[in-house]
Amino acid sequence: MIYLDHAATTPSRPEARAAMEPWLHDRFGNPSGVHAVSRGAKDAIEEARERVADAVGAAHPLEIVFTGGGTDADNLAVIGAAIERPGGVVTTAIEHDAVLESARFVERLGHAVRVVGVDDEGRVDPDDVVAAVDDDTAVVSVMSANNETGVVQPVRQIGELLAADAPGVLFHTDAVQAFASLPVTVKETGADLISISAHKIGGPQGVGCLYVRDGARLEPVIHGGGQELGRRSGTHNVAGIVGFAAAVDAAAADRLRYRSVVGGTRDRFEAELGTRVKMDVTGAGSERLVSHAHVRFPGVRSETLLIRLDEAGIYAAAGAACHSGAQLTSHVLDAMGIPADEGAEYVRFSFGWVDVTATGGEAAAIVADVVETLQ
Amino acid sequence: MKALVAMSGGVDSSMAAALMLEAGYEVIGVTLKQWVGPDGEMPTAGCCTVADAEDARRVAAQLGVPYYVLDYVDEFTSAVVDPFGAAYLAGRTPNPCIECNRKVRFSALLERMDALRADVLVTGHHARVRADDAGFHLLRAVDGAKDQSYVLHMLGQHELARIRLPIGEMTKTEVRERATAMGLRTADKPDSQDICFVKSDYRAFLDSVVPEAARPGKIVDTDGSVLGTHAGISNFTIGQRRGLGVAIGEPRYVVDVHPATAEVVVGSREDLLVTGCIVSDVTFVSGSEPADPEVEVKVRYRSKPIPSSVAPVGGGRWLVEFAESKPAPAPGQSAVFYDGDEVLGGGVIDDVIRSDG
Repeated sequence: MIYLDHAATTPSRPEARAAMEPWLHDRFGNPSGVHAVSRGAKDAIEEARERVADAVGAAHPLEIVFTGGGTDADNLAVIGAAIERPGGVVTTAIEHDAVLESARFVERLGHAVRVVGVDDEGRVDPDDVVAAVDDDTAVVSVMSANNETGVVQPVRQIGELLAADAPGVLFHTDAVQAFASLPVTVKETGADLISISAHKIGGPQGVGCLYVRDGARLEPVIHGGGQELGRRSGTHNVAGIVGFAAAVDAAAADRLRYRSVVGGTRDRFEAELGTRVKMDVTGAGSERLVSHAHVRFPGVRSETLLIRLDEAGIYAAAGAACHSGAQLTSHVLDAMGIPADEGAEYVRFSFGWVDVTATGGEAAAIVADVVETLQ
Repeated sequence: MKALVAMSGGVDSSMAAALMLEAGYEVIGVTLKQWVGPDGEMPTAGCCTVADAEDARRVAAQLGVPYYVLDYVDEFTSAVVDPFGAAYLAGRTPNPCIECNRKVRFSALLERMDALRADVLVTGHHARVRADDAGFHLLRAVDGAKDQSYVLHMLGQHELARIRLPIGEMTKTEVRERATAMGLRTADKPDSQDICFVKSDYRAFLDSVVPEAARPGKIVDTDGSVLGTHAGISNFTIGQRRGLGVAIGEPRYVVDVHPATAEVVVGSREDLLVTGCIVSDVTFVSGSEPADPEVEVKVRYRSKPIPSSVAPVGGGRWLVEFAESKPAPAPGQSAVFYDGDEVLGGGVIDDVIRSDG
C-alpha cells in the first residue's frame, strides 16, 4: 500500500512518540496543581511551550496557546478576535471550514463578514484582501497554504500591507497545512495569530496551538477553569502537548530534507503520471507546497477513482467529505471558478515526511494503470 | 468475481452482503446518498439516514469489506423527487421507489459497475432471479408476505444478467435468524416503512416541494353537488376512505381527482368500481410481449393480483381489463403483470376504465 493522504493526517514521528511515551505510562499529572506530580506535568507543558515558541519565532513562550487542534485554534482566532473588538471578519473563499464556519458564526452575531475571492490558480490577491478591510474589521484571516490544492498564499505581502494600512486589525493565518513544508514564523508572515496542528506534522491528533502576539486580545471561545491564561480552558492534554512540541522540533529540523525529498517525489509522481494519462495539475504556475499534487483527470469521476485506487492500495483523497463519507463539492474549486462537473474530477495526492523516495514512480505507475481504464 | 452490494443499513442488505461473501465473491458495500437535509448532509430521521449509513458501514467493517457512500443526489432529485412532486400536482399517486429503481439504482448504479470493476450488483430485495435457455426471469420471493418483485418490474434482460437477489430465496424469519447467528448488528433492526426522502410528514414534504398542490378546492359527489372543501388535492388518492372531511351516513371513497379544478370527487363503493385501466411506459422482463394475454395484475404494492386480460393499444400503452370490476387503482401507481410467480413486466397506471364507459 502507498499512503498518499498525508495532508489529511500523517504518521507520528518517532521523536513525538518517544516524548509522549512517559506521559502514557508512569508520568502523569494535572498541570494545574500545587504538588510535585502537578509540577512535573506543568514543567513538561511549559518546556513544550518554549520549544513551539522558538519554532514559530514568538517573542515570548506565553504567546503560544495550546488548543485541541487546528479547528480549535481557528475558532479562537476568528471568533475570539471578532467578539473582543467587537468587529467583523475579512477572509478568503478558500479557507478551511474551521475559519469559514467561524466567520459565519461571527456573521450570525451581527458583524460584517467579507469573503475575498481567488484567481483561477487558487491564489488570493493581497490588494483584494486589504481593500475589503474597513474601520469595523476586527480580524483578517488568510491561510498560509490551501489544504486541498497546496497553493501557497501571499501571506507576507498581506501582513505588510495590513501593518501599513490597518495596524489595529488582527491578522490571522491558518498554517495547519503549510507548517510541514514551510517555515511559517511570526517574522515570515507578519501575523498576529497563527494556527498550527500537531497531527499534520507528525504529532498526535487532537492538539495544536494558536500563536497570539503579545497584546492581541481575544475573547475565549471555550470557557472553564482558566487554563492557558484563560484563553483556552480545559485540562491540558499533557502527552499530546509534549508530543506536539517534539513534532514541531522534528519537523523544523527536518524541513530542508523534507522539501527536497518530498518535493522530488511529488515532482517525479506528477511527471511520470503526465507521460501516461491526460491530466491537469492545479496551481502549476504558482508556488505550491511540496507535499501536494492536486490533479484533475478529465472524464474520470474522483468518487469512482478513489474507490479503484483504494482497491489498488493507493490511498488518496478528493475535496471534502461529509459525515456519511460521501464526497462534497469543493468550495475551493468552486471559488476558483471551476464548474461542478469538472470539480468532481479532482484528486489530491499528498506526500509526507516518511521516507517516500521510491513511491513517486511506483505510485504514478499504479495510478496511471487505473486512470487509463477509466479515461 | 466482484459483487457491488447496495447496503441500506437494514438487515436484508446486510445479509445479502454476508451471503455474497460466503459464496466466494469479493464484496464492496455501497450506500447511495440520494437526498440531503438542509445542511447538505444525509437526513437524520426517516429511512436512508446518517444512522442507517453508519449501520451499513459497521456491518461492512464487521464483514471486513470496503464500504463507500456514493453521491447520487443530483440523479435522485431529477429522476425521483421532482417527478414525485409533479405527479401529485397532476392528481396522481406516484411510487418513488419504483422510479428510483428504474432511474437510479438499476440504471445509474448499474452503469457504474464497469468503472468499479464489479461483475454483479446485489440488493437486499425480496425477489428471485432465475436463468434458463430463454434468458433471465424475475420471480416473487420465497416469502410471499415480504415479496418486493412489484417494485422491480422494470428490470429487463440487460439488468437481470448482472443482478443478484440472494435474499429472495429466504423468508424474513430465516434472514433474521441467520443474521443473529452471524452476529450482524442489524439482525433485529425494524424494517423501514417510509419513503426515504420524506421524513415523517408526507404532506409537509409535498407542501415544500409543490406548494401549488396545497391549493384548496371543493369536494363534490358524483352528481357534482358540493359536499365540502379541502386544503389541497395532494391529500387525496383514489380509493381513499379516511380523512375526507365530509360527514355522510354511508362510507364514501375518493373516486376521482381533477387537478385542473382542484376538485375531489367522492362516491360510494360502487362508484369506485372500474373494469380496467390504461398503463403507459410498459416494459417486459423478457423483452417481448407475453404470448398469453391472460395474466394477473397487481395495481398496488400490497394488493392481491387481479386476473386480467392485457392488450397493447400503441405507444407503449396497454389496456388492462379486469376479469371482474374492481375498486379503481390510483393513477401514478404501477400495474405489474404476473404469470403465477413470474413477473412479466408492467408500467405506470395512466387512467382507469369506468364500467359506465
